[in-house]
Amino acid sequence: MTTAVHRGLSPLRRGLANGAAVIAQHTTTHRAVTIHASVAAGSGHDPDEALGTAYFVAKVIDRGTASHSADALGEALDGRGVSLSVGVSRHLMTFTCTCLSEDVEEVLDLVAGVITQPIFPPDQVELRRSSVITSIRQDEDNPAVVATEALMATLYSGGHPYGRRAKGTAASIQAIGREALVAFHRAHAGASTLRVMIVGDVEAGKAVTLADAAFGGWSHAGGAPLAPPPATPGRTRTTQTITMPGKAQSDIAYGFTSVARPDPRYYALTLMNTVLGQYAMGGRLGDSIRERQGMAYYVLSGFDANVAEGPLMVRAGVNPSNVARAITSIDEELTRMARDGVTASELADAKSYLTGSMPRMLETNGGIAAFLHAADFFGLGLDFDQRLPGLLHAVTLDDVHEVARTFLAPDRAAIVVAGPPPDAVGGEPHR
Amino acid sequence: MSSASLELTEAGSVRRAVLNNGLTVFVRPMRTAPLASVWCWYKVGSKDERRGQTGVSHWVEHMNFKGTTNIPRDQVKGIIEQCGGSWNGYTWIDQTTYLETATADALDRMLFIEAERMANGLYHSDDVESERTVIISELQGGENDPEQVLDTEVTAAAFKAHGYHHPTIGWLSDLQTMTRDDLYGYYRSWYVPNNATLVIVGDVDVDDALRRAEQHFGAIAAGVLPARVRTREPEQHGERRVRVERPGTTAYLKLAWPAPAASNPDFVPMLVLDAALSGAKGVNLWASFRNPPQRSTRLYRALVEKGLASSVFGALLPTAEPFLYSVTCTVSDGTPIASLEAAADEALAAVRAVGITPVEFERARHQLRARLVFESDSVTNIAHQIGYFHTLGDVDLYYGLEGRLASVTIDDIALVARAYLSPARRTVGWFQPVDAPAGGDR
Repeated sequence: MTTAVHRGLSPLRRGLANGAAVIAQHTTTHRAVTIHASVAAGSGHDPDEALGTAYFVAKVIDRGTASHSADALGEALDGRGVSLSVGVSRHLMTFTCTCLSEDVEEVLDLVAGVITQPIFPPDQVELRRSSVITSIRQDEDNPAVVATEALMATLYSGGHPYGRRAKGTAASIQAIGREALVAFHRAHAGASTLRVMIVGDVEAGKAVTLADAAFGGWSHAGGAPLAPPPATPGRTRTTQTITMPGKAQSDIAYGFTSVARPDPRYYALTLMNTVLGQYAMGGRLGDSIRERQGMAYYVLSGFDANVAEGPLMVRAGVNPSNVARAITSIDEELTRMARDGVTASELADAKSYLTGSMPRMLETNGGIAAFLHAADFFGLGLDFDQRLPGLLHAVTLDDVHEVARTFLAPDRAAIVVAGPPPDAVGGEPHR
Repeated sequence: MSSASLELTEAGSVRRAVLNNGLTVFVRPMRTAPLASVWCWYKVGSKDERRGQTGVSHWVEHMNFKGTTNIPRDQVKGIIEQCGGSWNGYTWIDQTTYLETATADALDRMLFIEAERMANGLYHSDDVESERTVIISELQGGENDPEQVLDTEVTAAAFKAHGYHHPTIGWLSDLQTMTRDDLYGYYRSWYVPNNATLVIVGDVDVDDALRRAEQHFGAIAAGVLPARVRTREPEQHGERRVRVERPGTTAYLKLAWPAPAASNPDFVPMLVLDAALSGAKGVNLWASFRNPPQRSTRLYRALVEKGLASSVFGALLPTAEPFLYSVTCTVSDGTPIASLEAAADEALAAVRAVGITPVEFERARHQLRARLVFESDSVTNIAHQIGYFHTLGDVDLYYGLEGRLASVTIDDIALVARAYLSPARRTVGWFQPVDAPAGGDR
């Protein structure tokens, strides 16, 4: 099976005079444009004593600007069918939306107002505080979120910015005043770290001109990007059980720290992770735990290299009576891969899959915008879509075996199980 | 193509053919990426299930990834990934569907997979047993989610007779007791070309794609379809209420009313009404249904902006028979559910009394037009819409949406608000979190 010719992106990148970067890609699939912008104001920047500040800022930042009240802004976006999403990762606050191409100029101006001139109206701060606390309470009732957050806290202990709860706690949110939100925005959001992707049915040169008009006047530089300390790999195996009465299923989160994005082993780890827990619905883990043993509806591994060493995580949802069996199966698969590596055909399949899936990944405006944003954030270059297949193809069986030996060590795994007590649920345990 | 009758559907440059065995084939060329998406739809879903076999449609879908005569069990799940492709399937109340999206040169392979799935599923007993526990795990995962638990209860209360009563995943005891023969019998009855729709969208030549479809599917024999369950929901006289009490942290409120089917002339006015109440979602369940523009809508302003709810979501789904229009709210921490319900009642009563304003009307229509554009951004999503609406009854339900939207009047919105949002025909659901029994180390 040959893969189709990958036609390649042709993005235009311009640095604005204030330090912001604009990347535009013209597509003609349909009459729409996706805007994807970010500033270095993620949850990793939260003050230790005020966890959740960035998340709280993200929930209020689009509720009123110097030129639009909260209602006027809502009407201006709604009237164009636009839903602006503001999110936070460890490093960034991101702003994404899609609009009709005829509306792109007005929508860029609205988004620029949100990013550069939010006014944090006191009544909106109080409303969003209540909804943030409700969202935290929902997370506390979700075994998958509870298990994942507890695993991250274990892997990144000692106050590392990757280990803290991004939304904070009900108590921390309760204690954050409006002035702290204003100060956080002032300290961290600025043109020096602003990236704006504009992808869709607008000619690239015009998109850059529109972005310059919308963002070029922002003279505030903001803060520096987050520079997290290196993560400390675990030395011993730890297991934590969090009992959540009333739940029907247990969620397992099992993981390690891995590598930072610039690490040359990134591509070998990506291929290893694909074989372990991604390819064809969950890779080897899916084959063992879901297909052969029928224990779980979902089981997968994920690998999230970041500025600092990101997590390599296995997750599964199983009947409470099968938790021990599932963890044993994860141990066995990891041990086998560390001992024997992957087979030549598994590696070839993983390479075909990852390179062959690029046209799908880059089919939509949203997909292109996210890809270009990540490539620019990690300094991978505008031609990264052209280079990625070669980087993957260059990985050898030995490279994959080496990273498997280095990172897949059950005796150093951190494990968290969140769910009901083992004897609380009927149903159909594995027989 | 001598063995098929052909007709050209102009809207959206879609070609439709019907093979001699009854298989309907749609092909739409779209050359914006070197990709093709193939969907094979079956007009069978959980509403077609008999008592004692709830969940069989969905379980059959799972079994149809377990190998066929010519695709060994261990090759099924890598067969499309080798081409960089993705695959999936879903089952809902009216339909079961399977898809592959991959580079266009994998078209033959995608068609081969779907033809095998239609005719040659293996259904080994061992696989039935291992999948039984996977599906029960899926059900239990859903039970961890209070919104899903409440949705199941409200839907079951709103439909006491119609097949939309039970959840698509089925009731646990049916999943524990169904046999391999139940599954295989259901598969053989419904998975026939005269109950299926094949959709091909992407970087393909129409005549070539139709020829390949004929090659792969032409020899599969038509079947005699079982009689469908014809039970209709009796008229509802008076509000129904359900209350779920389980350990949890957060309360939820759900209001639901019987809604028009997609083919009903009231469906599009109801879409506009929903957009005015809670923001336009479009009509693509696969792609775009989340995150509507809603900050200026009636319910957002009355409930979220007043601090009573942290979220509100309205849902009107295109269905073959009358289903539900629902509004689901996450209750703000510390707010009594009754206070939120009273505020929702007040907002809805105002819309029933006088309809919506011209500004709301135009905004809602513009949002819907924009969402129809946004949700057609990939070969996968476009192919989904063609197959989804054809399986509901007619693909023109989809291609006619813009026209129907253009001809809706503001008075239509007031009429459907009065007709459908009646307090006497609604079902109200509360999820009331209760304290967990003591125990645990948390």
